[in-house]
Amino acid sequence: MGYPASSASAASPSTQGKTILETGDIGRIIDRIAHQILEKTSGARDVVLVGIATRGVPLARRLVERISTFESVDVPLGVLDITLYRDDLRLRGARSVGHTEVPPEGIDGRRVVLVDDVLFSGRTVRAALDALKDIGRPRAVQLAVLVDRGHRELPIRADYVGKNIPTALTESVKVLLTETDGRDAVVLQEETA
Amino acid sequence: MIHDLLSAADLDADSATLILDTAVEMAAMADRDIKKLPTLRGRTVVNLFYEDSTRTRISFEAAAKRLSADVINFSAKGSSVSKGESLKDTALTLQAMGADAVVVRHQASGAPHRLATWVDGRVINAGDGTHEHPTQALLDAYTLRSRLGGIAGRHVAIVGDVLHSRVARSNVLLLHTLGAKVTLVAPPTLVPVGVSEWNADVSYDFDAVLPSVDAVMMLRVQRERMGEAYFPSAREYSRRYGLDPVRVSRLPEHAIVMHPGPMIRGMEITPEVADSPRSTIVEQVANGVAVRMSVLYHLLGGFK
Amino acid sequence: MTTFRIRGARILGGDPTDLLVRDGVVAAVGADADAPGAESVDADGLVALPGLVDLHTHLREPGREDAETVLTGSRAAALGGYTAVCAMANTDPVADTAGVVEQVWRLGREAGLVDVQPIGAVTVGLGGERLAELGAMADSAASVRVFSDDGHCVFDPRLMRRALEYVKAFDGVIAQHAEEPRLTVGAQMHEGVVSARLGLTGWPAVAEESIIARDALLAGHVGARLHICHVSTRGSVDIIRWAKARGVRITAEVTPHHLLLTDTRAESFDPVFKVNPPLRTAEDVEALREALVEGIVDIVATDHAPHTTEDKECEWAYARPGMLGLETALSIVQDVALDRLGWDGIAERMSRTPARIAGLTDHGRDPAPGVPANLTLVDPAARRQVDPGSLASRSRNTPYAGMTLPGRIVATFLRGEATVLDGKVVK
Ligand SMILES: [Zn+2]
Repeated sequence: MGYPASSASAASPSTQGKTILETGDIGRIIDRIAHQILEKTSGARDVVLVGIATRGVPLARRLVERISTFESVDVPLGVLDITLYRDDLRLRGARSVGHTEVPPEGIDGRRVVLVDDVLFSGRTVRAALDALKDIGRPRAVQLAVLVDRGHRELPIRADYVGKNIPTALTESVKVLLTETDGRDAVVLQEETA
Repeated sequence: MIHDLLSAADLDADSATLILDTAVEMAAMADRDIKKLPTLRGRTVVNLFYEDSTRTRISFEAAAKRLSADVINFSAKGSSVSKGESLKDTALTLQAMGADAVVVRHQASGAPHRLATWVDGRVINAGDGTHEHPTQALLDAYTLRSRLGGIAGRHVAIVGDVLHSRVARSNVLLLHTLGAKVTLVAPPTLVPVGVSEWNADVSYDFDAVLPSVDAVMMLRVQRERMGEAYFPSAREYSRRYGLDPVRVSRLPEHAIVMHPGPMIRGMEITPEVADSPRSTIVEQVANGVAVRMSVLYHLLGGFK
Repeated sequence: MTTFRIRGARILGGDPTDLLVRDGVVAAVGADADAPGAESVDADGLVALPGLVDLHTHLREPGREDAETVLTGSRAAALGGYTAVCAMANTDPVADTAGVVEQVWRLGREAGLVDVQPIGAVTVGLGGERLAELGAMADSAASVRVFSDDGHCVFDPRLMRRALEYVKAFDGVIAQHAEEPRLTVGAQMHEGVVSARLGLTGWPAVAEESIIARDALLAGHVGARLHICHVSTRGSVDIIRWAKARGVRITAEVTPHHLLLTDTRAESFDPVFKVNPPLRTAEDVEALREALVEGIVDIVATDHAPHTTEDKECEWAYARPGMLGLETALSIVQDVALDRLGWDGIAERMSRTPARIAGLTDHGRDPAPGVPANLTLVDPAARRQVDPGSLASRSRNTPYAGMTLPGRIVATFLRGEATVLDGKVVK
């Protein structure tokens, strides 16, 4: 059928390249961001964590778990697939559409923390903001990312950053997570394609 | 993805499943306050309808609009089409307008195939003569999947005027692709010569088929077929091939009743059956929009 | 009048020899075939055949000159190796009077490229209700001997019987378009596996076969001649074989397209493949080839049916049926039957027998001293790709576009005058 491997597929990226973060690093970063969210949102009251598919979802799930461990707060979790909001349909073609799940409480009047693995051009986050707007009207939206690799093309910045990794445009950052890839790691690769 | 959707045979199991999976997400969106996605902004979808079919046209129009496409309705009435402009000239006009997709309904079998040779945009067959109606088959498959939990291995009876039914042709193709077993049930006059090559069994005995099916798909039977001696009378037809509560009681508990509509209540299906909880007739309409959104998304999103 | 010395031609595929064409006849064959001042035609490697005779041509004039005229159709015929064509009666007005058949006959004379022999309608206006004035057409300058309502079947059995009987008075023949109309209402293509899939209304073989059976019985009963147009099914072949065995005076034709193409062509929904009777199955094609070789089907006739682009570039159901045939017929017969028929067998089926059926005594005669010089030279080794744009016909509806076919007509002579030289029409 000539379809590209979808963004939702579980196919693991190649792990050749320079490892920037190991399992332990990622665990510590999650802990830190969970603390920062609690701190910046007065104990995560009214907070909803929304993971951006694919790898933002397990990250958001881990944050929910950490927050509940630290402060016994049950933060609702949502899943956002932004495929239908992308602005590169003409360039990259149709992809299979993943599942979007709005938490039962909804997001109206809530403080939404979007969670993604890598912040790059900012286009994914823009699409996520568009998608959120069609789902409801949050009081505020914040952004948490595991890695910020720079090269923004839009006026978007993250509220919580696990690690800033300076990169060249010819490089790519691969995030591996146990839930999707069998292990935790962040790898810097030279783009071959 | 394929360039055009002209026949259900254009879809292999993977692409049909992808369209159905995407339709599930499209359907979920219909429950939201804002039933609109920006996905096809700036794209033009033309509905080219040579045959009156308000329900199909509205379904495609809603699908295109929910994906933010610009929709142009080009109906046979009140346009140059009725003044005798040829299909080819109309095609060249649509081509000049830059139509990204043309949804065509036509009374002549194969008209969408001809159109596809004259326009660069995607052509979607919304029903051509007695040939095919692939999006109807997709939405029937969607309904079957959501009601029965799957399609592979299920047994579907398609009952009625198979000879003149584009719905039957597309369903036989798609259901086979998705692994279902199909039995065509009709008087012998309404089964095409050459049906032996289809991936379907044929039975002239509705009652014998009832106990083993998971779904019954009732086809419309036009009254004018009587004048052409396909069957003697409406009464005799409904006695032998109509779906009434007695026949429904012989279906397995879980079996569902489908009808592509518009139906002739009383002849091929009794009102109490059409309105019963087993009937999927109303949800078929809602599913139609989601499935057509998915088709538009995948065809228009396809690589150049 | 030019004198031609044709050098090295293989008459009916035989040994190379020379022919002298002078004063409208073949003046000499062999070593003495020479004359001072004769124009030399190099026929090295070419086969000389008696000029082909088409018993079934639609020239469209009068009435549809936008699709074909007698002149353009004559050009196409000459390029196809023909020296005589029988023009079907379904023109507008219908060729059902002495006036119309004489008009067509005169137009053919004026074009001067082939002998255009008009076919008269059997019934007034092809209406199937009243006999046309068959005798008046027979007595006219056009000397009509073949009568046909082609495009329509003479389906009233009583009327058919009378027509068969009536034309015995002037040794006429009824050429029947065998199609039981009640079985082909709305029919679009052969009824079978492909029509079932494509949702196109079927044209069942039995609609042809039942009429052939009926008419063979009628012809036998009244002792009349019957010709069956464009036989297309295996079953028809069986019935014709049976009728011939019974001594019925029946002849039959098959078209080149029914010898080559099958109903699967309809899968494109391109109406260039729509024709009446429709393209049939591979089994039918095989049976027709066998029947042509065996002689059960007597001749190949083109059913050359030009249609304008508007009548073909449309929806299948709205398109008119018919295909071009004159310029490709011999190539297709060479392709499918030369190995079994030889050139003599091809001459029999495309020249001698059709000339005999049509009563054209100057045609269908092998090149020999004293015989009218109606002949054609074909290069059997040539291969050509069919390009609709370069056909001489005014229409473009050839089903063979893009196909590579064997054989090419190099020259054609009508009564000693060249109508085609070097593969080009002389006028
Ligand atoms: Zn005919």
